[in-house]
Amino acid sequence: MYEGIVQELIDEFGRLPGIGPKSAQRIAFHILTTQSFDTTRLAELLAEVRERVRFCSICGNVAEQDTCSICRDPRRSQTVICVVEEAKDVAAIERTREFRGLYHVLGGALSPMDGVGPDNLRFTQLVQRLADATVTEVIIATNPNVTGEATATYLTRLLDQPGLRVTRLASGLPVGGDLEYADEVTLGRAFEGRRTVEA
Amino acid sequence: MIVAHLSLHDFRNYESAELALSAGPNVLVGSNGQGKTNLVEAIGYLATLGSHRVSGDAALIRAGRDTAIVRARLQHAGREMLLEAQLNRSGANRAQVNRAQAKPRDLPRHIASVLFAPEDLALVRGEPSGRRRFLDQLLVQLSPRLAGVLADYDRVLRQRNSLLKSARAARVSESQLSTLEIWDERLVEFGSEIIGARHDLVARLRPHVAEAYERIAGPDHAAELALQLSILGVQPEEDGAQAPTLAEDVAPADTVTAFRAALANVRRAELDRGITLVGPHRDDLHLVLNALPARGYASHGESWSFALALKLASAALLRAESPIGDPVVVLDDVFAELDESRRAQLAHAVGDYEQVIITAAVLEDVPSELTGRTVRIVAGRIAEDGQ
Repeated sequence: MYEGIVQELIDEFGRLPGIGPKSAQRIAFHILTTQSFDTTRLAELLAEVRERVRFCSICGNVAEQDTCSICRDPRRSQTVICVVEEAKDVAAIERTREFRGLYHVLGGALSPMDGVGPDNLRFTQLVQRLADATVTEVIIATNPNVTGEATATYLTRLLDQPGLRVTRLASGLPVGGDLEYADEVTLGRAFEGRRTVEA
Repeated sequence: MIVAHLSLHDFRNYESAELALSAGPNVLVGSNGQGKTNLVEAIGYLATLGSHRVSGDAALIRAGRDTAIVRARLQHAGREMLLEAQLNRSGANRAQVNRAQAKPRDLPRHIASVLFAPEDLALVRGEPSGRRRFLDQLLVQLSPRLAGVLADYDRVLRQRNSLLKSARAARVSESQLSTLEIWDERLVEFGSEIIGARHDLVARLRPHVAEAYERIAGPDHAAELALQLSILGVQPEEDGAQAPTLAEDVAPADTVTAFRAALANVRRAELDRGITLVGPHRDDLHLVLNALPARGYASHGESWSFALALKLASAALLRAESPIGDPVVVLDDVFAELDESRRAQLAHAVGDYEQVIITAAVLEDVPSELTGRTVRIVAGRIAEDGQ
């Protein structure tokens, strides 16, 4: 335990996700003792971030304007929407540079234990986006865990309408990895999802 | 497979311990409270990632320490393998296989053990949860993948129970309750897989149990077991005093259909009570001795023999099906409880396993054919006996 404000700072860092007590202490002392560290800049950013950042009125991604840069980009395909749980999943998929369609951020996954039901997620907005039939495919990219799969099932039922193709991301082996290192669940899934190879 | 060497650091009462073990029978002798069981508990921990005595890991770490280490050198088919588990009071546990970082859940793949201890009487006399744990632990030893299915089922169950509870408290909107069907579907998916796997296991276990019981108690005793499925309307926790009839050992051709129907049946009751009423978490393994339910009818000695038969049967099944050879058979303080003839039968039944580890307070309780190698334990210290 440290005195007063130092301990308060450590406690506050420790409340952040992914930061344990030791990391919290290290960050606090770094800030305290490193002269070149610009605390004012960090303080300003922290104060402004919630004011400045908004969520895209169309897809729910983080944005600095009313809509995000992806939704504003005319070069992107308007016929495919990829549904993800969080904005950070958008960033992950964007890194692949393989997907050129639009996104829809749900804001989480169905989880009654955390009090998250359909009303807390952006399902209605998604259905509205599909109303004019421009979109022909919805890719469900929720996490492959219990809550993500439940959300995917819910979506599949919700989006069951003629003329709309609903797909789910494949689960399987990591590329560049060795078969022997894959865990049984992943390997089992990969077996289930095997494909015929064309000669 | 045998454990050739076991080392412990800050595990239970051991600050540090080194124990060499040999193939065949090994006897750990010491007065009560000296730490015999702690040694075999450590072997059990590597094989099951749990203890047969406590549910959490915290009690396994020596008082005042933050980390306990269990290390075992195994031998199987001329190969050696080094397993290590590090139990942390705060933070996740770690594991190593041959000095390379691994996940704790990888450990049980390399080591199998079957431990029989006085606590196992509860398998026969205790609550259904103990029998479910027995089945599930064996399932995971035989097919590690199922650990994931069991964990997922448990997650779905907790989510679904939360939903039912909040529905009961009427804090929930109409649309939220509509997601109950989604959770039903996942419950049925994982639950049916568990039911199928348990059913299959019971079928494979049955002949071994009958044989083991006969071996211990002599012929003209019939030990039977059957899975009682809550989705077929059998509610073991509610049968009260009335003796349950031996459930037809029905594996519904379509478990999924039966599960869905059962959920539809209990929907009202589930909403009233706020919990999930049917599924593998409410099933029981029904034990029958000479056509009477063992729970409530079997004598103390018979219950003991039945529990022992279940453990011997799992050892036999592991021996027959596991790629890593014989499981290490551990008999923790059991000879004191048995009469002369049953001691001899038990010695005979385990005599041909690759490795048997026995703990006893009094060496004389152990049949002489099992006293090859003896180690004395005094106050957390290990002294070779040189025999």
